[in-house]
Amino acid sequence: MTTPDAAPSTVAPVTAVEARTRMSPRKRAKISRGIQYGLLVVAVVILAVAIDWGRVGDQIFNVEAAKDLAPKIPQAFLNTLTYTAAAFAVGLSLGIVLALMKLSSVGVYRWLATAYIEFFRGIPALLVVIAFAYAVPIALGVSIPSLTLKAALALGMVSAAYIAETLRAGIEAVPPGQIEAARSLGMSHSRTLVTVVIPQAFRIVLPPMTNEIILLTKDTSLIYLMGLLPTQFDLTKIGRDALSSGSGGGLTGLFVAGLGYLCITIPLGLLARWLEKRTGKGSRS
Amino acid sequence: MTTAPSTAASAPVVTVRDLHKSFGSNAVLRGIDLEVVPGEVVCVIGPSGSGKSTLLRCVNQLESATSGTVTVLGAEITDPDINIDVVRQHVGMVFQQFNLFTHQTVLENCTVAQRKVLKRSKKKATEVALENLARVGLADRGDSHPTQLSGGQQQRVAIARALSMNPSLMLFDEPTSALDPELVGDVLTVMRDLAEQGMTMIVVTHEMAFAREVADRVVFMDGGVVVESGPPEQVIGAPREARTRAFLDRVLNPTHSGTEPGAGPETTGTV
Repeated sequence: MTTPDAAPSTVAPVTAVEARTRMSPRKRAKISRGIQYGLLVVAVVILAVAIDWGRVGDQIFNVEAAKDLAPKIPQAFLNTLTYTAAAFAVGLSLGIVLALMKLSSVGVYRWLATAYIEFFRGIPALLVVIAFAYAVPIALGVSIPSLTLKAALALGMVSAAYIAETLRAGIEAVPPGQIEAARSLGMSHSRTLVTVVIPQAFRIVLPPMTNEIILLTKDTSLIYLMGLLPTQFDLTKIGRDALSSGSGGGLTGLFVAGLGYLCITIPLGLLARWLEKRTGKGSRS
Repeated sequence: MTTAPSTAASAPVVTVRDLHKSFGSNAVLRGIDLEVVPGEVVCVIGPSGSGKSTLLRCVNQLESATSGTVTVLGAEITDPDINIDVVRQHVGMVFQQFNLFTHQTVLENCTVAQRKVLKRSKKKATEVALENLARVGLADRGDSHPTQLSGGQQQRVAIARALSMNPSLMLFDEPTSALDPELVGDVLTVMRDLAEQGMTMIVVTHEMAFAREVADRVVFMDGGVVVESGPPEQVIGAPREARTRAFLDRVLNPTHSGTEPGAGPETTGTV
């Protein structure tokens, strides 16, 4: 048996030997990084060789075709923005109502909200857009005159289902202590909701809500199904028309439309991140 | 609606009669009687799980009583027809975890309820808030966000926020338990000043030195009942009940050994 004094000196060398013979985590990480860079280089080389750059330049990145399209872009860009903003206004308003219904103490409201959410979350936005274009006029005997309103209602009703769930989760994530503090200052239930819960939930739901707006932006591409006048064309419609007109440039129109969407969604993402940082100053304790 | 709670000269501020509170099958309060008169400072002590915090939360209806009555400022708040919001306007509450509104600045924390509940003008609310922030030594931190403050500062803001409503009664729920030891003193100093200015206070606390010095009465609770109640020199100084003695022994001599930890630089200044 070893004496207590001898124990450290017999254990340590064994550990040291083993620690040297097995590959160190740092060395392994270095090798892993090397492999990843290698794969990247291989992929780039394969793509560069496989792609027919001449045809790509002619059919996808055709600068001349893009220039022809340019005058139509600002209006289409603006239209897409308008449809998105209007649909989001509807989606957010309805989403707030639905979220509050889901949190209501009255069972019927909870049930109705759940049914709405499950229904509109479960069917494609495309169907709702078509329904608004054709079914609503048949059912109500009136057609909604404004295209923007029609689009906002159709897309807003779909996104309200998602927004409601996001808001509900955000509201439930507000720490109970915040609500107790507000109530103990004499604020009523609804005053607490407006003054404390919703502003704090807003910060929590900012990232998922950004996703909602981005999805909505892209969903506005569906409203061509409602039938558009040339002044009502959105980015996708412009791109599709350029493709089918056979005026040369091939898919360039779609590429330009895609860039248009990115010009909306990327700043949105940046704005959300900035807002998050700004409101995050007093992050949750 | 209730009329504004009356604060007649010697009528008790709080009267608790045979209060029972159960969470499911767990009886937390088993028949509490308590009376607090204006200007009185009552410290509630006792082991964790004894129901002290639940008792305090029943006084402003954050927990509703299972049976028994709680009367605050003349309003029987256990009566379902009482508008509790009106009573709460006059009862300040300070929490263990501060619970400052994290989306607002310090000043906004202290003005929001004044403006939304008491309908004070922005100017008046700001005036009152700054006055109370000065009272807790934080007049210059109005623009800070709660997370930029230390725990002790946050708790003092929480006290200023409650005081800005000009309450007739202040409830403290273990206000220093979440603080680093060196920050406890500042909060206790603020509370002691408040007591000296005649505020009626119920304080759930583990700070025996504070209770001994500031309390008019100490209530020792264990197992959901009041075991012993009286002036601090009696309850803490010379407890009659064995349970009180056992608790105080555990709290005051936590290591149960003869070795002193040695006088460190740490001074928890109760002054």
